[in-house]
Amino acid sequence: MLKKTGYQEKEIVKKEFPPLKHLKKGPKAFIECYQKIPCNPCTTSCPHDAITIKGDIINRPKLDLAKCVGCGICVYNCPGLAIMVVGQADNPDYKTFDIPYEFYPLPNKGDRVLGLNRKGEELGMFTVLRVLNNKRQDKTALVRVKVPNEFLYDFATIKVGEDNE
Amino acid sequence: MKHYDVVVVGAGPAGMACAINATKHGLTVLLVERDDFLGGQLIKQTHMFFGSEKQYAKTRGIDIATILKKELLKQDHVDIMLDTSALAIYDDKVITLLNHHDYIKVKANAIVVATGASEKVLAFPNNDLPGIYGAGAVQTLMNVHGVKPGKSVVMVGAGNIGLIVSYQLLQAGVDVKAVVEASDSIGGYLVHAQKLRRLGVPILTNHSVKEAHGATALEELIIWKLDENFSGIAGTEKRIETDTCCLSVGLKPSSEMLRQAGAEMTYVRSLGGYVPYINQNHETTVNNLFVCGDVSGIEEASSAMVEGFIVGLTLANRFKNVPNFSVLMTDLKTQLKDLRAGETGEHIMKGIKQIMRGDHHA
Repeated sequence: MLKKTGYQEKEIVKKEFPPLKHLKKGPKAFIECYQKIPCNPCTTSCPHDAITIKGDIINRPKLDLAKCVGCGICVYNCPGLAIMVVGQADNPDYKTFDIPYEFYPLPNKGDRVLGLNRKGEELGMFTVLRVLNNKRQDKTALVRVKVPNEFLYDFATIKVGEDNE
Repeated sequence: MKHYDVVVVGAGPAGMACAINATKHGLTVLLVERDDFLGGQLIKQTHMFFGSEKQYAKTRGIDIATILKKELLKQDHVDIMLDTSALAIYDDKVITLLNHHDYIKVKANAIVVATGASEKVLAFPNNDLPGIYGAGAVQTLMNVHGVKPGKSVVMVGAGNIGLIVSYQLLQAGVDVKAVVEASDSIGGYLVHAQKLRRLGVPILTNHSVKEAHGATALEELIIWKLDENFSGIAGTEKRIETDTCCLSVGLKPSSEMLRQAGAEMTYVRSLGGYVPYINQNHETTVNNLFVCGDVSGIEEASSAMVEGFIVGLTLANRFKNVPNFSVLMTDLKTQLKDLRAGETGEHIMKGIKQIMRGDHHA
């Protein structure tokens, strides 16, 4: 279906998602690279050797959850913008998502932004916890969003400046 | 008449890479470019490229153009002529050029045609209304001149260009109403499609444009569902109000100059159109006439660049001895093989097999 519609089914997202027991140990990357692509910056950029591509460059990357510290470097190095980092929030009812974001204006810490699922459907207004956009990131900002647990397998990105409250 | 070891026609990724490698190993090179800048289509590409570090993966296309340009300008034996069109290639390897009103003849030991590709169009009633563009024109407006092409857009074609330009339109603040794709699946990389879809852009496979309406410019587009024979199904029409429609329905190699030069050509669908027969080193059936990049088959810019490096190295070794030639060549060939792995690559490899000399002459 992904090949017809451009979005991944929730059941598959659930299956590929970093298991909750690992998230308890710390933030983890979630790689949504479902198709074979001749591409490897995720592996070459990871300072913890947590991402590997076995054999040919065309193969899908594999994440070693034990090695991943959720630093987010792969998130802005992935040319497909197909990686995010999921972590525990202060409040146990929420998770944090670090997503790649390439739109201006960038949100600011504390802003309420519109959360969207993989189909672009609106999930509600969520709080921005952090925005990183240093030179090394080469114009792909890293935005941390606080997302209620109920949208763990739905949240995909944000829209800034859409006021639905 | 000036005499060069190599004249390269076209300063996109393929032509620049070829010129770099040829001159780096001691050849005199003239690089001719129709536009007034180096880089070809790279300068419009604001997205990060796939591939590995060797092809500058994760670097944005526009920055790859800068990297290649710096490398090229470092070399001593390369002349660059911008604003210059190559007109014709003659048997004695004389190539004629037009620079504004000056008609120039240059002689070369070898000529490399790296003229790239041009966009295909889609036939539908009123497709000549203002507001209906090729995707390349929209990219030029937005990313070269900083001009928004319109308020909203319908993108026709879900190949990589259609998907990438749609994303760039969103970044420019244009409302992308839909991506319409005639085939039953998305042709471009799915990560590009995922980027659009999660921002709410519907991707309508098995759909095409029926007709366009507008008094003096595009006002609305009628799209409809296609059956398995790509014919529109009456009764499935949908009306989309939009001032812009962007056509991204494929590229065809700009290979006319090769035909003129006497290279044997053939039509290969998977390579986009008429392409020359070539050997492993990208030499056409005309001795010392080479090709690299999209002119011999539509592919990614990364592959075009590696092909350029291969041709440049081949020429350097032909006219001057390159000491570590086989090591360098093996590395480049491996890079190209890696870039052509996978589904898309298989399709391209099948096409390339059809134009490989040997197969043809056997």
